[in-house]
Amino acid sequence: MPAEAMDVALQTSPHDLGLGTTGEARRQIEVCNACRYCEGFCAVFPAITQQKVFTDGDVTQLANLCHNCRGCFYSCQYTAPHEFALNLPKALAEERAESWERFAWPGVFGGLFQRHGVAVAAALIAALAAMFAVVSAARPAGGDGFYAYLSHAGMVAIFAPAFLLPVLAIAIGLRRYWAHVGGAPVTWRALVDAFGSAGRMKNLAGGQGQGCNFEKGDRYSNARRHCHQSVMYGFLLCFASTSSATLLHYVFGLEAPYDFISLPKLLGVPGGLLLVAGGIGLAVLKTRADPALSAARLWGGEMAFVLLLVATGLTGLLLYAATGTAAVPALLAVHLGAVLTLFLLAPYSKMVHGFYRLAALTRDAQLRQTR
Amino acid sequence: MSTPRELAATHWDLVVVGGGNAALCAAIEAAEQGASVVILEGAPEPYRGGNSRHTRNFRCMHHAPLSVLTDAYEEDEYYDDLLRVTKGETDEHLARMTIRASEECLPWMEAHGVRFQPSLSGTLSLSRTNAFFLGGGKALVNAYYNTAEDLGIRVAYEAQVTHVAMNGTRFEAVEADIGGEHVTIAGRAVVLASGGFQGDIEWLARAWGPAARNFLIRGTPYNKGVVLKDMLDQGAESVGDPTQCHAVAIDGRAPKFDGGIATRLDCVPFSVVVNNMGERFYDEGEDVWPKRYAIWGRLVAAQPEQVAYSVIDAKSIDLFMPSLYPPETADTIEGLGQKLGIPGTVFRNTVEAFNAACQPGTFSHNALDGLSTSGIAPEKTNWARPLDTPPFYGYSLRPGVTFTYLGLKVDDGARVSGTTGLFDNVWCAGEMMAGSILGQGYLAGFGMTIGTVFGRKAGQGVAAYLNGNHNNAR
Repeated sequence: MPAEAMDVALQTSPHDLGLGTTGEARRQIEVCNACRYCEGFCAVFPAITQQKVFTDGDVTQLANLCHNCRGCFYSCQYTAPHEFALNLPKALAEERAESWERFAWPGVFGGLFQRHGVAVAAALIAALAAMFAVVSAARPAGGDGFYAYLSHAGMVAIFAPAFLLPVLAIAIGLRRYWAHVGGAPVTWRALVDAFGSAGRMKNLAGGQGQGCNFEKGDRYSNARRHCHQSVMYGFLLCFASTSSATLLHYVFGLEAPYDFISLPKLLGVPGGLLLVAGGIGLAVLKTRADPALSAARLWGGEMAFVLLLVATGLTGLLLYAATGTAAVPALLAVHLGAVLTLFLLAPYSKMVHGFYRLAALTRDAQLRQTR
Repeated sequence: MSTPRELAATHWDLVVVGGGNAALCAAIEAAEQGASVVILEGAPEPYRGGNSRHTRNFRCMHHAPLSVLTDAYEEDEYYDDLLRVTKGETDEHLARMTIRASEECLPWMEAHGVRFQPSLSGTLSLSRTNAFFLGGGKALVNAYYNTAEDLGIRVAYEAQVTHVAMNGTRFEAVEADIGGEHVTIAGRAVVLASGGFQGDIEWLARAWGPAARNFLIRGTPYNKGVVLKDMLDQGAESVGDPTQCHAVAIDGRAPKFDGGIATRLDCVPFSVVVNNMGERFYDEGEDVWPKRYAIWGRLVAAQPEQVAYSVIDAKSIDLFMPSLYPPETADTIEGLGQKLGIPGTVFRNTVEAFNAACQPGTFSHNALDGLSTSGIAPEKTNWARPLDTPPFYGYSLRPGVTFTYLGLKVDDGARVSGTTGLFDNVWCAGEMMAGSILGQGYLAGFGMTIGTVFGRKAGQGVAAYLNGNHNNAR
């Protein structure tokens, strides 16, 4: 923010409690900016020090840059019972979740699946039922492997829209985010920086590679960072597996089922294993972490989402293991139901955090590169 | 956690009174030599660590780049820096010993879990002399408590020591209120590291006069000087002047206790500072702010009702570190005076006289620019620009006390002196003896240096005493 634009009317007093989600996050950010002891932990604090007053867009950007590593909380001299009552990981988590609700399209789904694990489970059950119905009722006349139960055309008819519509919804949300935080046109350099940070999960490294204060109180640990990496790369490998199968199908005329020594399997099997192991790890860590340092009302939705990821990977692996057995139709329905749920909920569940995080990292890289 | 009775049933090798940096260094050193140690921390767990919780760096001598520190910072330069702030009120022997010992402390701190980072933004001038803790002092305190836990050191929180039971020159036990129970905890040695008395406003008022009731206590409220007084009453020798303390001018709206670093206000050099009668009383532009920062606590303390107001105009609002509280603003000086509670027209006259005294020249906010006033008293010798561009902004200032300097006299090995010489088995470290070295003024990061050096010496001295080779302890 240029010096001449400094608007002190934006500044709050540290004693002004009850300002609403964005106002509370702003109040806490202002205390951090006057203290600055946490500057070495993650990208949030150096970003804070570049400004003296914070617009709503600035607050949203900082909230989405926060990875909830909690290093700042355990180092903070102003946490409750101190009268400033700082809990920045929680304040930013609340603001973050609320921002995803505001930017969600269509807005009616905004908070539903973020907040309610039950809604995620219900969506899963509905998708499973639909898949069982399709697999048992619309069995094709021919086809190998799982195409014997659901034709390729049938799969495309279901999953092309189930993939493209969420992508559209997320794109609309990201556009809204970018306008809100005042983002500039995206450069290749900023993207490289952002993907580099995400790829190493730099902001969960505690600034010096010692990791987070997530599940062991004020002791540091890299467990969450490693589990998160496992899930992220596992998911990306699974996604690459499916993409490679699509290419083999359409470009090379090679149809499923594929041998173990094939691109879809070589990508998909390790991907599934990473996804399952990392997801279980994250779920366990989540039970050990202090829920008061996050948006507590989102706990159920986040846990349901992690378990949905685990279920997706696990059923995929089981489906492959069951090749040629009578369990295939049931496992196929379950696996496809899980995948369908994951895709459809992506814009309205914790899944969306990855996209907003990348946007925030990109914006942060832009700001660092222009100063 | 142990019950108070379980703690009292043990005859400890070492009882540590206090739970800040110095106490933890002593406990860790002794425990590493095999001593059974209990720490009695007066504060509840979230507030553990005393003023160490509010610190952020450690001033360290070094002959060459060391960890995050650049270049070299030799003993003589360090000692000269100390002489400058204390104006000679120091014990040269102890001071030089502390400075020399600081170099080996830094690797010891890293080995016990403390993480350092390069200097924070806005403090680049300290990258050579001061090593900054990643996450600040509370992160350091957490690291030491984790180390202590791993070493089997027991910690009791909300453990207020009320009396140190001496038998002649020998320590026998402490009496303490722990969680509402009054217990006696016996040990073979004691380390006293429970800080100054700034949390006891009545004591401050006795030392300073009634003005002290208007001071804000920027540091921990748990240092009430109970053990310090108890030891002085029992003939421990004292050092330091009860009216000397680390006091700075902080935002007048800061909490009465425990406001810490965030209450800092950096606008003074660019401002006109008036008291509550609207009169200026000191050269606001004497030097750059970190250098002159520490004197303003005493300057404001000498003003009526111990309050002052730092006033700037729109030209300067973005030139200093962010403030914790938003400024009062108005489009006229009179309007700002009303909002700040400065009655009458004196304030306006002061500003008009100041504006008229400003000389032409080139303003530079990051150097002594020599832009000074002419013909007013007190003059402003740098950054003197007329207050002429609304809106006008004002911040209130009050003295903020971090810690007091009255303490116990110790020898090189941190052992406490009584009227007839050294006590047998009583050591003291940290702010409770820092007045020996820091007789007045303050040097950034030096409190942690004293605490670490003497805490470690106390722990090593205790270990040597317990192992029977007392004379080798020094």
